[in-house]
Amino acid sequence: MLVFIFRRLLVALSVAITVSIVSFMLLHLSGDLAISIAGPESTAEQVEQIRIDFGLDKPMVYQYFDWLWSAVQLDFGRSYYFQDTVMSLISDRLPVTLTLGGLALGLATVIAIPLGVIAAIKQDTWIDRLALTIAVIGQAMPSFWFGLTLIVVFAVNLHWLPAGGNETWQHFVLPAIALGYYAMPAMMRLTRTGMLEVLNSDYIRTARSKGLNESSVIFKHALRNAVIPVVALAAVELGFMLGGSVVIESVFSLKGLGQLAWDAITRNDYPVVQAVVLIIAVFYILLTFLADVINAMLDPRLRVR
Amino acid sequence: MKRILDVKNLQVSLPTPNGDLRAVRGIDLHVNKGEMLCIVGESGCGKSMTSMALMGLLPKRAEVTADAMQFDGMDLLSLSKKERNQVRGMRMSMIFQEPMTSLNPSYTLGNQLCEGIIKHKKVSKDEAKKRAVYLLECAGVPYPEKRLDQYPHQLSGGLRQRVMIAMALMCEPDLIIADEPTTALDVTIQAQILRLIRELQQEFGTAVIFITHDLGVVARIADRVAVMYAGQVVETASAQDLFSDPQHPYTKGLLNCIPVPGKTLPGSHLESIPGVVPSLIGELKGCAFENRCSVSIGECCYRSPSLENHLGSEDHQVRCSIATASSFREAV
Repeated sequence: MLVFIFRRLLVALSVAITVSIVSFMLLHLSGDLAISIAGPESTAEQVEQIRIDFGLDKPMVYQYFDWLWSAVQLDFGRSYYFQDTVMSLISDRLPVTLTLGGLALGLATVIAIPLGVIAAIKQDTWIDRLALTIAVIGQAMPSFWFGLTLIVVFAVNLHWLPAGGNETWQHFVLPAIALGYYAMPAMMRLTRTGMLEVLNSDYIRTARSKGLNESSVIFKHALRNAVIPVVALAAVELGFMLGGSVVIESVFSLKGLGQLAWDAITRNDYPVVQAVVLIIAVFYILLTFLADVINAMLDPRLRVR
Repeated sequence: MKRILDVKNLQVSLPTPNGDLRAVRGIDLHVNKGEMLCIVGESGCGKSMTSMALMGLLPKRAEVTADAMQFDGMDLLSLSKKERNQVRGMRMSMIFQEPMTSLNPSYTLGNQLCEGIIKHKKVSKDEAKKRAVYLLECAGVPYPEKRLDQYPHQLSGGLRQRVMIAMALMCEPDLIIADEPTTALDVTIQAQILRLIRELQQEFGTAVIFITHDLGVVARIADRVAVMYAGQVVETASAQDLFSDPQHPYTKGLLNCIPVPGKTLPGSHLESIPGVVPSLIGELKGCAFENRCSVSIGECCYRSPSLENHLGSEDHQVRCSIATASSFREAV
């Protein structure tokens, strides 16, 4: 198991390095940074001055290692647009996004897995159909529209919860529901399919032949094997929510990482874009690593690879 | 001899889009204490369905009826779900055909061996482990202590089947149903597993229903044999009587299909039974074997024969109008 974790860590590290090179290169290949920073009305001398000030005259490899060395120390430089360091911008925004993503994923998991299990056990009954209907609605409904509906019902009409902002835990309830409902259907369907497959397997028949209780057959013998692909999916979904929740963040005026990335991209704020891309990528890698470790704990056959 | 299992008129049907598939059509079976009963038949004759019905492992949509299904004086069909769970696993257990997939990949062998006995007999974990090690040793598994912490994927198919056999013996059951336990294994391993099952059955005095399509296997291990065809028992006899004096044309046909060393000459034609098993959807008219039978007469097309005593003996029964008629003449 330790060897497995060590090997997975090495893989994760090499992926992280690749991502850092790509994110560094992407910006430098999108045009002359000195000219875009200086703006259209600047003179050639000003552009040259900016090139020297920002270290853009040095060789690319040197620039990369310089940037990486600072990045490892969590120093991403200063934002071109916001009057602040990139790190303080991110440390303001990241907790908001992490809270939202974590809550949404927690909510989605808590609903998706039991619902998927019940739908599989009661296959082709009204319970199964109801679960599938709930899933299809979640997949078909645009999340911004569902978010707005939640605001209209629970904030505007009923006054139960705030409509926007991120000051208290109550501010996170509606966006977490909107984002969670978006993430839930895929997990629920995967749980259902996995359970159906596992419940038909020979080792479940063996478990039944031992005269075990139905609950022990389902939760001990079936769910553990059925949930493995769901763990991998959950990791990808959480990664997606960290980077891609910009829609929900705008609807609920949450000052999260998604909004920051959007603002930075529209304003050519390269240090911020680079840092956000790198941080989201690192989270993705960490989540995938975590999912691999959880799955290896669930299924011993995965430990040898 | 005391009967551990007594089944009368067992029927199993499964709904399909083309009508009910009547896989088992009125089977009478009994197993004496400590006896090895072999059920023989070709694929699709209902032998696995019968074993699953006895264990109560058929899917809910399958309809199981019987005039009687007595297990050691209990009526299995009228037990509650909880009582049935108690009987299954503790007093009767099963060995399956597919050793590669019949163990849960996620749990150690020790966990899977011990969970049944811990639930049914309320023994401690240590006692359960002790018994598991003892039975693994009996089943010929090398390094039994080490195996408890291993996972199924670390064992070969033959070893996994030995583990399944040890698992079936954990609660000291009165009856073990073995459904083609050697079919998926190499020939050399097959012989070892067969010998093992026979030895353990005699050592522990457990009754075994051994399901197979291989008459060679039957000859080596059976006390009694039931030959199945199209969801019915067509002949039942002691192993000795069946091989020396087969009565049903199907049994004779099966015996002819086996090459006999010394008698079957190299290069000579090996017998087979022409035709295929009839569809088991809906009613069958007349004798189910009529279309493949070499001695059938006009009567066989419309008269369904019943299981009759051969030469007046309850120990040898046959379901064939012609065999019964000639047996009657001999008796007179």
